[in-house]
Amino acid sequence: MPAAGGKPRSTDRRRFLRDAARAAGGCAIAGMGLTYLARDARALPAEALRPPGALPEDDFLAACIRCGLCVRDCPYDTLKLAELGEDGPATGTPYFTARDVPCEMCEDIPCVAACPTGALDPALDDIDDAEMGVAVLVDQENCLNFLGLRCDVCYRVCPVIDKAITLELRHNEVSGHHAIFAPTVHADHCTGCGMCEKSCVLPEATIKVLPMRLARGSSAEHYRRGWEEKELKGAPVVEGIIDLPDRLPGPGTDNLVAPGGFDPAFKLPGAGQ
Amino acid sequence: MSVKTRLPVGEEAIREKGWIGAHRFLLLRRLSQAFFLVLFLLGPWFGLWWVTGTLAGSRTFGVLPLTDPLVLLQGMVAGHWPEFTALLGAIIVLVAYGLIGGRVYCSWVCPINPVTDAAHWLHDKLGMPKGWQPKRNTRFWILGAVLAASAITGTVAWELINPITMLHRGLVFGMGFAWALVVAVFLFDLVVARRGWCGHVCPVGAFYSLVGARSLLRVSAANRQACDDCMDCYAVCPEQQVISPALKGKPGETPIILSPDCTNCGRCIDVCSVDVFAFTHRYDQRVVPLTEPAAPPATRNAA
Repeated sequence: MPAAGGKPRSTDRRRFLRDAARAAGGCAIAGMGLTYLARDARALPAEALRPPGALPEDDFLAACIRCGLCVRDCPYDTLKLAELGEDGPATGTPYFTARDVPCEMCEDIPCVAACPTGALDPALDDIDDAEMGVAVLVDQENCLNFLGLRCDVCYRVCPVIDKAITLELRHNEVSGHHAIFAPTVHADHCTGCGMCEKSCVLPEATIKVLPMRLARGSSAEHYRRGWEEKELKGAPVVEGIIDLPDRLPGPGTDNLVAPGGFDPAFKLPGAGQ
Repeated sequence: MSVKTRLPVGEEAIREKGWIGAHRFLLLRRLSQAFFLVLFLLGPWFGLWWVTGTLAGSRTFGVLPLTDPLVLLQGMVAGHWPEFTALLGAIIVLVAYGLIGGRVYCSWVCPINPVTDAAHWLHDKLGMPKGWQPKRNTRFWILGAVLAASAITGTVAWELINPITMLHRGLVFGMGFAWALVVAVFLFDLVVARRGWCGHVCPVGAFYSLVGARSLLRVSAANRQACDDCMDCYAVCPEQQVISPALKGKPGETPIILSPDCTNCGRCIDVCSVDVFAFTHRYDQRVVPLTEPAAPPATRNAA
């Protein structure tokens, strides 16, 4: 009796285990394939910029449901949804290419308001705080301003003019008696809207908006800037340091040749006093 | 029986009820699929922005949010807790499909359904073998794998290949190579596995069948006494296994098709010449009593 009852049960169990193992194996293979795809899709091309308020890319890909509402509510048709096999970003996610259509930095940020999941962070309430990327003057050798001209277009179109881009004067070594007005980006104020890149008059823009990860370096965590610390503290960081007068070389001092004031044993002919 | 089974599927129903009568729910379903697609296309085509977005997430008349709960669930598994709008949209969708049957999405809304139905039609025409038939629970395993992949990669993983949202987004926003996925699904159903995608593989369908497991709207084989075993309902049903428990139930057993696999497509209602099936609610246990006890069994015995 137990033998008769036991036999079918054991083949049943065997079949169940085999089927379960087969299903689990198949799903593991499919799952790994999908995992590979998903990891692969996280590489965002450098020229694809996320909308204002977009979470960092890793979080964004978990949060964005690819609904396209931000794209629909963008009044300037800046945003696009990535299409399968044609655009770089993960399929169905919103992005824009600054050189094609830059972000106009709407004050009411409709794309963020449209996002149902918070993939575009609703905490962004001032478009000037957006960090879609950072403009970098990638090619000084072709930039007209660096060649001594007064193109200034990137500076003029910047919505955060005089903060995000300033013109820094320096001597023009080529002509010898002119100035170079060097467009200089200040990352703290740059929103990455891409107006400068869009407006660059050259066939290929010499100023480009890059994603943060490419545009910025980072300071080591333990580095301190002495002058900032001093300002914070309102006093010298290390107390009791005597500040001796600086002795500079030159006529009228006792330090004629080198810091330290050694009187050189050998005087160059014609060096004079 | 032999005379009847030699008729093409649905022929008898057409003779009894007319072509329209024998395709009522099929026509309604195609209308419904077109309706939901056109709703999304009114904006991009005609500038009528009643509904914006895609099936993954939309906004109707500027106020009503709807969110695909599976997409949102993947996002949550991947580590993002969504804002209230998306949650509300998902809850509305869950409640609606929880009432009318989760897989109503599959047969009445999903844009891939016409594709796989076309594949099945051609499959029938060509008389192809049914091919690879994975186990019925395969799609649940795949659903599990999809959620696992989302958790591991921290992304909404299924959206990378989901042909439903790809096709829908493709039509509403821009296709790219999404058509290739649609062709792949068509070919899969045609040459690899009959009714393979929707019936065995798709994790979205698996998810919605869980959503609608306790749904109210059901098909009942209330008039099962009248069944003349023509088998047409089995021939048209995309989930044949759901019919027998209700249709062949013994007296006292429920005539309601309770399987969550049933998509409430209503094809069985269309195709039945003796009107065995009807839409009703899940607590409707009525079985139409046999009016003329002699006739139908006699037919069966004769066969």
